[in-house]
Amino acid sequence: MNKLALKDEILLQVEKPARYIGNEVNAVVKDKELVDIRIAMCFPDVYEIGMSHLGIQILYDMFNRFEDVWCERVYSPWVDLDRVMREENIPLFALESQEPVKDMDFLAITIQYEMCYTNILQILDLSHIPLKAKDREGWDYPVVIGGGPCVYNPEPIAEFFDLFYIGEGETRYRELLDLYKECRKGGESRKEFLRKAAKLPGMYVPMFYQVEYKEDGTIEKMEPMEEGIPKTILKEVEMGISDTYYPKKPVVPFIKVTQDRVVLEIQRGCIRGCRFCQAGQIYRPVRERDVTMLKEYAVEMLKNTGHEEISLSSLSSSDYSKLPELIDFLIEECGERKINISLPSLRIDAFSLDVMGKVQDIKKSSLTFAPEAGSQRLRNVINKGLTEEDILKGAGLAFEGGWTRVKLYFMLGLPTETEEDIKEIGALSNRIAAVFYETVPKEKRVNGKVQIVASTSFFIPKPFTPFQWSPMCTKEEFLEKAYMTRKAIKEQLNQKSIKYNWHEADISVLEGVLARGDRRIAGVIERAYRKGCIYDAWSEYFHNDAWMEAFEECGIDIGFYTTRERSVEETLPWDFLDCGVDKEFLKREWKKALEETVSPNCRAQCQGCGASRFGGGVCMESRKG
Amino acid sequence: MKVRIKFAKSGAMRFIGHLDVMRFFQKAIRRAGIDVAYSEGFSPHQIMSFAAPLGVGLTSHGEYLDIEVRSHAGAEDMKHRLGKAMVEGMEILSVTALEEGTKNAMASVAAAEYSVRFRQGYAPEPGWTDRLLAFYEKPVVMVKKKTKKSEVEMDIKPYIYQLSAKGEGENAAVHMIVNASSSGNIKPGLVMEAFWKSEGKELSGFALEITREDTFTDLGGEEGMHLVPLDAVGAGF
Repeated sequence: MNKLALKDEILLQVEKPARYIGNEVNAVVKDKELVDIRIAMCFPDVYEIGMSHLGIQILYDMFNRFEDVWCERVYSPWVDLDRVMREENIPLFALESQEPVKDMDFLAITIQYEMCYTNILQILDLSHIPLKAKDREGWDYPVVIGGGPCVYNPEPIAEFFDLFYIGEGETRYRELLDLYKECRKGGESRKEFLRKAAKLPGMYVPMFYQVEYKEDGTIEKMEPMEEGIPKTILKEVEMGISDTYYPKKPVVPFIKVTQDRVVLEIQRGCIRGCRFCQAGQIYRPVRERDVTMLKEYAVEMLKNTGHEEISLSSLSSSDYSKLPELIDFLIEECGERKINISLPSLRIDAFSLDVMGKVQDIKKSSLTFAPEAGSQRLRNVINKGLTEEDILKGAGLAFEGGWTRVKLYFMLGLPTETEEDIKEIGALSNRIAAVFYETVPKEKRVNGKVQIVASTSFFIPKPFTPFQWSPMCTKEEFLEKAYMTRKAIKEQLNQKSIKYNWHEADISVLEGVLARGDRRIAGVIERAYRKGCIYDAWSEYFHNDAWMEAFEECGIDIGFYTTRERSVEETLPWDFLDCGVDKEFLKREWKKALEETVSPNCRAQCQGCGASRFGGGVCMESRKG
Repeated sequence: MKVRIKFAKSGAMRFIGHLDVMRFFQKAIRRAGIDVAYSEGFSPHQIMSFAAPLGVGLTSHGEYLDIEVRSHAGAEDMKHRLGKAMVEGMEILSVTALEEGTKNAMASVAAAEYSVRFRQGYAPEPGWTDRLLAFYEKPVVMVKKKTKKSEVEMDIKPYIYQLSAKGEGENAAVHMIVNASSSGNIKPGLVMEAFWKSEGKELSGFALEITREDTFTDLGGEEGMHLVPLDAVGAGF
């Protein structure tokens, strides 16, 4: 066995030492002398979160299938170990070999949410890698690559990365690695490698681009600084979704992680086109996986992991056309082996309730609806195709079936929102409760009453959505809206059956800045990090004061990035990227939103978003009628 | 049929706590394709009993768990399948069948044997082993034992069944057999701590490297204890 990177003294004093020892079932250990390229694949959050991420498992599997590559994992050390590593100057290490990240060829970081940006700096810092790409000269340091949804606006963190891979990882890494091998063999410089990499499809190398600003602070232009570097970068997309890399032997953690189960990705993308949703745009076009492939993988993955649960993953599972066939297969296959099936993101209707009744303990499970907005008017604005009738009907059926708990998700601060829309959150929650009391006779009420939990998050406009131009609320406005919601719920007849939760406002404001920020935000992130900010996504470690000081010291006006209404003519920081969806389509959708007009889903009627250029998926399905 | 599995835990696996070892075996048994029996009810779980929980940081050559199987292809086959489902640091040592009515692993535990060494850099000055043996010869060994509510002072001498020490410095090792039953479990560190306290010194929490050598059940009766390893009551199949 490899010697552990941390001494017993350290491992015995930190919480959950299993986070740092590797050695898990299906972890890949190779002979380092026999590989050409070593990759540390990083999720910049704690082990239990990082290990639950499907994307890393896919790429880990892909890289390790390459004979010349050894890919290992690295996660953020928790705050207790973070302190020890700094005090004792211990370099961050990869789990499998327990060897320093700094000695790898690549450090690939998946960037799933904006609030992990300071953790990226923590990873670099603990690895003893200079934070800024420009300070990483020569081959002393790994090439730092970023990927994942946040790279659709990589600008706030651009200076910390050598390279961003835009889009789905299955397609271009082999070419990038071959280029790397060739450059290293040829004795070429780091910069020359990056220059050549920047010419590969899907690759963005920030150091070769220059941004100029107008006097009002908006972007004048962003240009490549050299001949041959592409002006725009089109995202990569795996069109052969049923014939590509997917792990048959995912790593099985020792400790309980968030996603402690087999995850079967049944499709990518979403036909729905909710206007606030970034995933619904950047993963276009919708591509379904072949059901035969899914059945085969389900069986193999359960056998190879020993997990007692399998979960279907997609943005909207109900839209997967072979869902009944797949679920029947799983019920048959899993029932015998006492394996649980979990079905998130199902639309509540007769079919899904029937299925859920078969695979879940109704008494313990709750129903989830995500109306996102209280009123039909506002749901039209955001293009959330769920009507009040759907919700009440679904809830009625569910109550008849024995469910007594309902979770409702809403957003506050959506474009055009009025006081009326907010009051409707209370009214809708109340009507759902009323349905329960009308449907279920007194003697049959299991817990006496229905439990409705209404939760609100604050709307944050995201790049490459029709709402990318929308102003965002201030912290004070957000809180005002939350109090208004609470009041509206308190006024309801069935208020005792309704519980209300809301998200923290200052974290949302910061997320808003990071989501639509430009290169000038990097200084703020670094300063906040220097002030001790890490794990910002964990509310107990989020220090808003430190962040506010950092903005102040950098002379950055938060309102410029959040509350300011952007004109559709403005050059946005992420305009040099092409996510497959045309800007003209987003403009049309933004206009339709303000007109309260809905757009049918991709299967019902093509909206001409531009994703058909990839020549597959839902765009090429024969349409009904 | 009830089956008793003996396993060893070493290397990095010493940092995996008891609950996670249980989870590990639940998954390993599925990977091994063992036809294990499940409890009834809406959320069935594998019928499984572990002997004595092993603390984080300790290694062991004698851990046990019992499972119930519905069918099998012999002990060798089961041992081989389970062995293939292990990771480095977890080793299946034996698989034996239990007679109907045998007490489960947890209820069977009477004592455990430990060897205790000092971690590098923590070894005390030579000469302490003799003093330790002299300490053990005393009629009472008083320790402060923390319970959930308070701290009680108690004599643990009756729970220490055997104690010996060999070697000096880096090579010194203490062997002891102590009560490990659910009612009177004594941690080997507690014995060492008591000795250090008697010398007027504090023992660092990280000083000791402890290995559980085996776990025993008591087959004796009126005339005294007869400790045998937990798998000695099982039979081949």
